[in-house]
Amino acid sequence: MTQRTSRNTFLPMALIGTIVVALATAFAWVAGIIGPHRQSGGDIVNALEANAGGAHAGYRRAHAKGLCFSGSFTTNGAGLALSPASMFQPGTYPVIGRFSLGGGNPLATDGRNVFHAMALRLTAPDGQEWRMAMDHTPIFPVADPAAFQALQVASTPDPKTGKPDPARMKTYLAQHPETAAFQAYIAKAPLPASFATAIYYSINAFRFTNGAGTTHLVRWQIIPEATGPDLDKNTLASLPRDALFQEMVARTAKGPSRWHLQLVVANPGDVTNNATIAWTDPHRVIDAGTLTVSAVGPEEAGQCRDLNFDPTVLPRGIAISDDPLLAARSKVYSTSFTRRAGEHPGPSAIGKDMHP
Amino acid sequence: MSRPDRTHFAPLLRVIHWTMALLVLAMLFIGVGMVSTTGPAYVSLLALHRPLGIAILLLALVRLAIRLGTGAPPLPDDLPKPQKLAAKGSHGLLYAAMIGMPLIGWAMLSAADDRVSLSPSLALPAIMPHDLMLYWWLRQAHTVIGVAFFLLILLHLAAALMHGLIRRDGVWQSMTFGKIPGKRD
Ligand code: HEM
Ligand code: HEM
Ligand code: HEM
Repeated sequence: MTQRTSRNTFLPMALIGTIVVALATAFAWVAGIIGPHRQSGGDIVNALEANAGGAHAGYRRAHAKGLCFSGSFTTNGAGLALSPASMFQPGTYPVIGRFSLGGGNPLATDGRNVFHAMALRLTAPDGQEWRMAMDHTPIFPVADPAAFQALQVASTPDPKTGKPDPARMKTYLAQHPETAAFQAYIAKAPLPASFATAIYYSINAFRFTNGAGTTHLVRWQIIPEATGPDLDKNTLASLPRDALFQEMVARTAKGPSRWHLQLVVANPGDVTNNATIAWTDPHRVIDAGTLTVSAVGPEEAGQCRDLNFDPTVLPRGIAISDDPLLAARSKVYSTSFTRRAGEHPGPSAIGKDMHP
Repeated sequence: MSRPDRTHFAPLLRVIHWTMALLVLAMLFIGVGMVSTTGPAYVSLLALHRPLGIAILLLALVRLAIRLGTGAPPLPDDLPKPQKLAAKGSHGLLYAAMIGMPLIGWAMLSAADDRVSLSPSLALPAIMPHDLMLYWWLRQAHTVIGVAFFLLILLHLAAALMHGLIRRDGVWQSMTFGKIPGKRD
């Protein structure tokens, strides 16, 4: 019973070594440690941090300056035509959300930073959730995450001048006409003077499948009931630091603000995987319900700061489309969320002004 | 815990061992692969990662119960004491990781107040309070323990092959379906 005494162990040892090394190599390759470079969430978050003059510990790496809100979503069931999502069943559902401006600097002056945005979380009693993060533009400056990172890099202010290097920006724009088109749009578009009078767009398309199994591609927009003046683009720089947020706080103290969730169904031929392209022609639009924002509060008091408004968290009957921004957003928001979670989340910059 | 009357692990335990070996390795590759990319694979792999992880948790609990009920065959008498301890210790750690990793994944999503969804309409309840610092620690633990788990599996695999190809002492067969060398069935 001593087969094992005088055997040549070289071959088996070599075999075992090869298997172990092969597995370890495959693991490192899949993890992106070796092999061709793969864009990670960290790459994009690093670019966002650099663009904002370094990481602002405890804050979101984009849309850093924000205000929490709460309210409700009331629907009559019209959305069921497109999806059996629980929050499309007639009824009223609780909502938590966050208004924000663009950029990664939580202390930025509102006037230099105007890019109204709204994040939402709708919850149904059965636990289904719908998270959204929307901007006040129907289109986005880039179509994919590689371009997103390139734009962040090209628009990073030069420490000497405090402004992006015009030569770098020019090179970038030459390669990305879609960003130039977005800039042309922004230059013409009016800027609402209140968060309450802005439209918020999903920008990305999503795949809605209804109870009968029919699938539609849908973009949505949240249309305000209130109307009001636009900002004077020539005097933006002289706006008080927290003008837009203070306006929303003062407005909400007097009464709630309302919006309508409109589902816009793609026409045949609409581009559904590229957020830089607007859907122009007339579309079938469904008013799926009313969003009421009844309370606002600084981030440390509201519940919104500690949430990740990941736009791929969707209820039954709604799924992501093949727009490449969506998966990238999910990964990048997760990376940003994890970084700020470990840094002791900071009190909101506007919160400081709100509790003198 | 070893049972001198046994030459093999219980047949069901062997089936579960090899099923789980594949699943756990797949999960480790899915895990590091999905977090390495901003591509569409992130969302689809994560949607697979959560239910597969919970399936591993359930299988590991069933497996532990069978293991405690049926015992293990004794290790060869001529195996040095430290090696026996290393074998038993590493098996304990493997069980801890098989049960711990999915629990940490579930707990960290709970602490982030994220939905622990297994399918579009099915989600697990939260098992931790919403707390970002807690989320951060659990998220780090999921990475560190995940990588340690992979290294331990490499070691375990090397040791198993060493028993099977070099020592030929019946340890390999105890987890497969072969005849034990030098023993009559
Ligand atoms: C690849 C493209 C994009 C990248 C890399 C990106 C990156 C980010 C990051 C890192 C955050 C902070 C997340 C956190 O820490 O919780 C964020 C927040 C946000 N993003 Fe994006 N974003 C992208 C596209 C978009 C698009 C298309 C929209 C609008 C439809 C959008 C709207 C928002 C909003 C509203 C927030 C604030 C959410 C909140 O208040 O928590 N983003 N984005
Ligand atoms: C991938 C994950 C793996 C895990 C989590 C795992 C786990 C375990 C555990 C916990 C035991 C102890 C049995 C018990 O007490 O119930 C065991 C035994 C064993 N495993 Fe694995 N294993 C894995 C992969 C492998 C692989 C790839 C091989 C072979 C190439 C292998 C070969 C063996 C053998 C031969 C035994 C029997 C050892 C003995 O008699 O004590 N395992 N495994
Ligand atoms: C045997 C079980 C499991 C194994 C081996 C495993 C392994 C891994 C690994 C290796 C990573 C990559 C970590 C990194 O490199 O940073 C990861 C990430 C992750 N895992 Fe797991 N996991 C398991 C179970 C679970 C479960 C049950 C859940 C949730 C229900 C989960 C949720 C996640 C999440 C959310 C991430 C990170 C995504 C991100 O940060 O973008 N895991 N997992």
